[in-house]
Amino acid sequence: MKGKSFCLLVGLVTLGLVLGFSPLAGAAEKTVTIGFTASQTGKLNVEGMRQVNGLNLWVDQVNAKGGVKLPDGTVVKFAAKFYDDESKKERVQELYTRLINQDKADFLISPYSSGLADAAAVISQQNNRILITAGAASDSTYKKGYSLVFQTYTPASRYLTGAIDMLAKMDPQAKKVAIVNEKDKFSTDVVNALKAYATVKGYQVVLFEGYEPGATDFAPFINKIPPGVDAVMGGGHFSDTSTFAKQLFEKGMKAKMVALLVAPPEDKFAELGDAALGVIGPSQWEPQAQYSPETAKAEGKEWYGPTVDEFTKAYRAKAKVEPTYHSAGGYVAGLLLQKAIEQSGSTDTAKVKAVLDALDIYTFYGRIKFDATPKNHGLQLGHDMIYIQWQKDDKGKLFKQVVWPEASKTGAGIPYRK
Amino acid sequence: MLGQLLSSLTDGLLLGFVYGLAAVGLTLIWGVMTVINLSHGPVMALGMFGTYLLFLKAGWNPYLALLAVAVFGLVFGFLIYGVVVHRVINAPHLSTLLATFAVNMILIGVGTAVFTTSPHNIDFSLGSLEVGPIHVPATRLVAALGAVLFTAALYLFLYFTRPGKAIRAVANNRKAAELMGIPSAWILALSFGIGTMLAAVAGGLIATFFPFTILSGGPYELKSFVICVLGGLGNPLGALIGGLLLGGLEGLIPAFMPVSWVPVVEFGLFVLVLLFKPSGLLGAK
Repeated sequence: MKGKSFCLLVGLVTLGLVLGFSPLAGAAEKTVTIGFTASQTGKLNVEGMRQVNGLNLWVDQVNAKGGVKLPDGTVVKFAAKFYDDESKKERVQELYTRLINQDKADFLISPYSSGLADAAAVISQQNNRILITAGAASDSTYKKGYSLVFQTYTPASRYLTGAIDMLAKMDPQAKKVAIVNEKDKFSTDVVNALKAYATVKGYQVVLFEGYEPGATDFAPFINKIPPGVDAVMGGGHFSDTSTFAKQLFEKGMKAKMVALLVAPPEDKFAELGDAALGVIGPSQWEPQAQYSPETAKAEGKEWYGPTVDEFTKAYRAKAKVEPTYHSAGGYVAGLLLQKAIEQSGSTDTAKVKAVLDALDIYTFYGRIKFDATPKNHGLQLGHDMIYIQWQKDDKGKLFKQVVWPEASKTGAGIPYRK
Repeated sequence: MLGQLLSSLTDGLLLGFVYGLAAVGLTLIWGVMTVINLSHGPVMALGMFGTYLLFLKAGWNPYLALLAVAVFGLVFGFLIYGVVVHRVINAPHLSTLLATFAVNMILIGVGTAVFTTSPHNIDFSLGSLEVGPIHVPATRLVAALGAVLFTAALYLFLYFTRPGKAIRAVANNRKAAELMGIPSAWILALSFGIGTMLAAVAGGLIATFFPFTILSGGPYELKSFVICVLGGLGNPLGALIGGLLLGGLEGLIPAFMPVSWVPVVEFGLFVLVLLFKPSGLLGAK
């Protein structure tokens, strides 16, 4: 009996070897190169490196799990190839050309910031490579007729519109809004859309003025805000926005709401002390985000990838710091490529693009759906901002509360200064 | 409108004193040794970080920390002079310009590696002073007072002490001063040290009310150049008055037109001064 079993086993193994089904046969392995630049130096190095840390975590995890298996048995593993772009557009264009032509990158991820991602988008489109943009919210990149560029962030045009909705809910009597913003591509896109939205909703925009990038003195703008204003909105990037928030406080600004870009979701914003209290900021993602497989199921969508908790723990273990939305953006950019390669069963650009065009899924980062129309191709349609506000707990310590939208909030919003 | 005007002007003038102090350091170095110090901006940023670290890590009051920052600035200035500037002090201006530019790049590179370009902030407040429509953060008032005190101390040093008189002598005629037994190399090093000290102190004062990064000194360095030309190159008192003028303009212009016009008017004035009174409003020294 034992002899018969042994013969049968040998026979089956031999058959497996012949047909290529046996693990001993070894599936064909293909390494896909993911090319990107990282702002390791220059003014964007902090946000840029967080994004890269998120992306590298995805590379480690997907490879550790055995890569992506294609229907033909090929196992796709991923290799990251990147260079320092020094936070400069001209370096971005040189380096993406090099990534494509010399390093033979199969897919591309953008650097952090709208300006740098826009510079990379031209090169990727010219060279027929898919580019997933992370950290790039400006709408204009996706209105240039590109067909291979896909956005993970909620577009700038929807960054602060939720704050207007929240203001209407907080105080239906509110009428006057002052907008002061950095004059860069991203912030300008945000406030132009904000102004249009506020006007449609019946608000009077009493001040609409921009400041140069790198500004440090906001007193001239604050002095121009007329008394009786209900909300102050705008800002730009971390440095200028945190300065603006500090000076609003020091100048005794009274308003029901102060909602500013980029800086408030950062933990470092709490260094402003009382000047941070009550300030609201839109965020692409926070560890307190309420997305889950149940959320996806309730909306009839597919859930893909780790849960919020799994991502947060894994990132914390690798980077030894809390993840931010920059890190989540980097991770999800890779995750989307993984999903598209897996679903298309191929690494062919056209097939992966077709899947991305039709994608409508939930991940730990929220919903992802791209605009597939030629006019706005690649623009993010599914993902929504969440709004955090700095509040004080019972011990007087500052903490972040998710205050909008209603479905995601962890607590009620409070007025800025009465 | 009047309230906005008064408020803007007060803010601008208070900031102008600190601009002036930063420019005094730059103009002193130019006046004594005709060196355009391009490391001025990063040194200001180091002054910001010095105040920040002493406040955060050692728990010092930021104004007390300024004294330590001043000593650091003086010693650091000696070091820059000895290592970089002294060897090229008699070479054409381009050599000293490039030498200090190299220091600038090194400081920014090391500073980025150590502190990153992430903004830092001194969480320190003295409250605000409210007089009618004017709402002034007290930290700006103290900074303006500090700038006046440091400039006054420099004036007393230059006019009533032997090393100060030696600096003036070297500035007037280095060869003649050397013939009178003044060790010009030490005096030049001292001048560079004092100029650097004033930059570091101005940075420390700014850090008490503005967040900062290692790159934050750049815009103030640029303003310092404009102020030096306005007040008269090499004239410390002119630099302080030039600072006030620039600060006043920065306060007044936004009351009548968009803030983005401020640099247009400032640099327009800069060109006019260069064209019609190149020695500056108070004359060069």
